[in-house]
Amino acid sequence: MNASEIGEFIAALLILIGSIIAVISAIGIIRFPDVYTRSHAATKSSTLSILLTLFGAFLFFWWGQSIFSVRILLGILFVFLTAPVAGHLISRAAYRRKVKMADTTVEDELYDVLHKKGAEDSKQHSE
Amino acid sequence: MAFQILINLIIATMWMFLSETYTAASFVTGYILGLGLLFLLNRFIPDSFYLKRVYKIFMLIMLFIKELIKSNIDIVKLVYNPKPEFEPGIFALPTELKSNWEITLLANLITLTPGTLSVAVSEDNTHIYIHALDIDDINDEINSIKDTFEKAIMEVTR
Repeated sequence: MNASEIGEFIAALLILIGSIIAVISAIGIIRFPDVYTRSHAATKSSTLSILLTLFGAFLFFWWGQSIFSVRILLGILFVFLTAPVAGHLISRAAYRRKVKMADTTVEDELYDVLHKKGAEDSKQHSE
Repeated sequence: MAFQILINLIIATMWMFLSETYTAASFVTGYILGLGLLFLLNRFIPDSFYLKRVYKIFMLIMLFIKELIKSNIDIVKLVYNPKPEFEPGIFALPTELKSNWEITLLANLITLTPGTLSVAVSEDNTHIYIHALDIDDINDEINSIKDTFEKAIMEVTR
């Protein structure tokens, strides 16, 4: 087993792990009860799966074909920066539209803040 | 920090001019020499030696990747649990970070850590509201994790 075969093996392993994590993330999106918990599964697992898959592709092209692809590295960077922001925005928009949380939810400190602020606003309008 | 990097680049370019070899290797040599000079003349330059800060940024990225992998192991455990029993909830985290991009960085780190998802930032930038997957046993532990993240970000920025 020479060096480039070992490199291809590592790359294939990374891509395999990445796709397994993507499947787990999809199952999590189906199984979890509400928007917020689904968003947990969607942001974390799919970020890591995309990172692993892209990194595997990068290593394959680098060691197997000796092409150093900076574009893949840039793709990794952009996904790393934007995926958590997307998750944050989706859950925030859902909260603002008063999407119901799961029945097992025990605590909600944000509700008081928004509610109190809304009451003050309506008071200002009436004055 | 930007000022020190600029000085270092100028020293590297000067080194290329002095030795009259315009190659990447001579640029790297000049850069390393410039690092040595900046380290020796550290007391005359505002801020501390900038490699320290580069090292801290590197450590922050490593922390980020470690937490991302840990959070995925947690998600796997929850997904393959035949009866997932967890109590989600939203709690407020008071933060001492001031500038906008520090808070953005902290919110991103929180989103990619085990069991937490940042939902909103309060308007006066003093609290971050976090949706936790399992609020009972995790609340104190989360706070300690946030302390490490906040500390790491503070070490980078000031």
